[in-house]
Amino acid sequence: MSSVLYDTPGPRAKRRNILLSIVFTVLLALLLWWVWQKMDDKNQLEWNLWEPFTTSEAWTTYLLPGLGDTLKAAAISMLIALPLGAVFGIARMSDHAWVRGVAGTVVEFFRSIPVLLLMLFANEFYVRSTDISSEQRPLYAVVTGLVLYNASVLAEIVRAGILSLPKGQTEAAYAVGLRKGQTMSSILLPQAVTAMLPAIVSQLVVIVKDTALGGVMLGFTELLNSRSTLAANYANVIPSFIVVGIIYIIVNFLLTSFASWLEKRLRRSKKSTGAVLGEDTVEVNPAAVRGTYGTGENTGGGF
Amino acid sequence: MFDFLEGYDVLGAFWMTVKLTALSAVGSLIWGTLLAAMRVSPVPLMRGFGTAYVNIVRNIPLTVIIVFTSLGLADIFGVTMGAADNFDVQGFRLAVLGFIVYTASFVCEAIRSGINTVPLGQAEAARAIGLNFSQTLRLIVLPQAFRSVIGPLANVLIALTKNTTVAAAIGVAEAAALMKTMIENEAQTLAIGAVFAFGFVVLTLPTGLLLGWLAKRLAVKR
Repeated sequence: MSSVLYDTPGPRAKRRNILLSIVFTVLLALLLWWVWQKMDDKNQLEWNLWEPFTTSEAWTTYLLPGLGDTLKAAAISMLIALPLGAVFGIARMSDHAWVRGVAGTVVEFFRSIPVLLLMLFANEFYVRSTDISSEQRPLYAVVTGLVLYNASVLAEIVRAGILSLPKGQTEAAYAVGLRKGQTMSSILLPQAVTAMLPAIVSQLVVIVKDTALGGVMLGFTELLNSRSTLAANYANVIPSFIVVGIIYIIVNFLLTSFASWLEKRLRRSKKSTGAVLGEDTVEVNPAAVRGTYGTGENTGGGF
Repeated sequence: MFDFLEGYDVLGAFWMTVKLTALSAVGSLIWGTLLAAMRVSPVPLMRGFGTAYVNIVRNIPLTVIIVFTSLGLADIFGVTMGAADNFDVQGFRLAVLGFIVYTASFVCEAIRSGINTVPLGQAEAARAIGLNFSQTLRLIVLPQAFRSVIGPLANVLIALTKNTTVAAAIGVAEAAALMKTMIENEAQTLAIGAVFAFGFVVLTLPTGLLLGWLAKRLAVKR
């Protein structure tokens, strides 16, 4: 058990670590006890507030349909954003300056605008310019907002994936007489996809989390929104938040674990010649892309 | 052409966004650094706590956390953040609390990745001259780690700027809340959208460029 910061502990360090552990445990226990007392004070521990979650009604009427809508919006957004992102990512590396310029501007523009603004705008746009029914509109608005934002993030992931491939790949393709389009479609993209997979899976977590915005601001019937209907019905605000929070944690934790499992596996099997883009490489600014992406270093701080 | 702006305090709304971002950034930097220190400490229990915190908080949508501060903390537990009689101030402070709780987990991960970039020999040398854990962390490792994480921290800051729009969900009068009101009341949806989009580009683009430049300048050359 040695790291950058400390050696394998000797007898004195061991004693100190045990002491610190005890102090920390006491502090943590005090905190938990305080939270428990607060919950008890406000009668949040009474069984009748928690009981609904043991019946099938709360799940089949509220939580599962809400989770279904959350996952549906996330899946649709991903399916549309992925090809769109691939197109823009490739367009950013075009040999024609104007294609590069337009694609770059579009990507940077949508990446610097909050998703919520995009959703609100899309919603109002659909109200005024289309005849999408009012029940369908929130889903459309949420998906539009998510697609615009995540396509531009995915465009950067695609670009980074292709840039992570060794230069020899392109040179070899040209040497055997492939054209630019053929090189991209049969040599670079297939390899880049392998490198990008973990980053794409972890981008799904971001999308799942962002659907909750549609529930609060647009009345989309996703998990957080069905929580408020549920809480209005059973008068159990705190328990409903805790249960819904746990559902989100489980879903996203599964996705994160899958992404890092995939990353480890790809790194080990070395199917791709380039670097593997991990979960941390999502959402980077352009300066960082040029600096560190090519080497496959994690740039950290993805939201 | 921009006469629809009259009667709305657009600058005031963006000022609110800036205030939310600045306060949350300072708070999450402090809490995130503490969490990172816990995650690399030799005490297994602290490491466990840090790991659990980051993995739990990162996987809850920010919207859930922000709505919870209002409906859960304020309404049920009576947490008023010292502003029981002023709902605007209370909403603002609760939102900042929520942003700190959420953003700190990303700050923690960024700093931890920075600590991992410090070569093992640095810390070995520090121990060889007799520095203990907290001295090694404070004097040798963290100063180098911070310089190498300016880039990732800039991304966290930019994401935080965009995330502050979520405060609209609990009625804080920042940019997204004003945009919602304006596009519902005025006819020029596209122009209003463009104004607010432009506002966020102005807020985030210079931050990214400036901190990107700083990151390159201050990076420890090895």
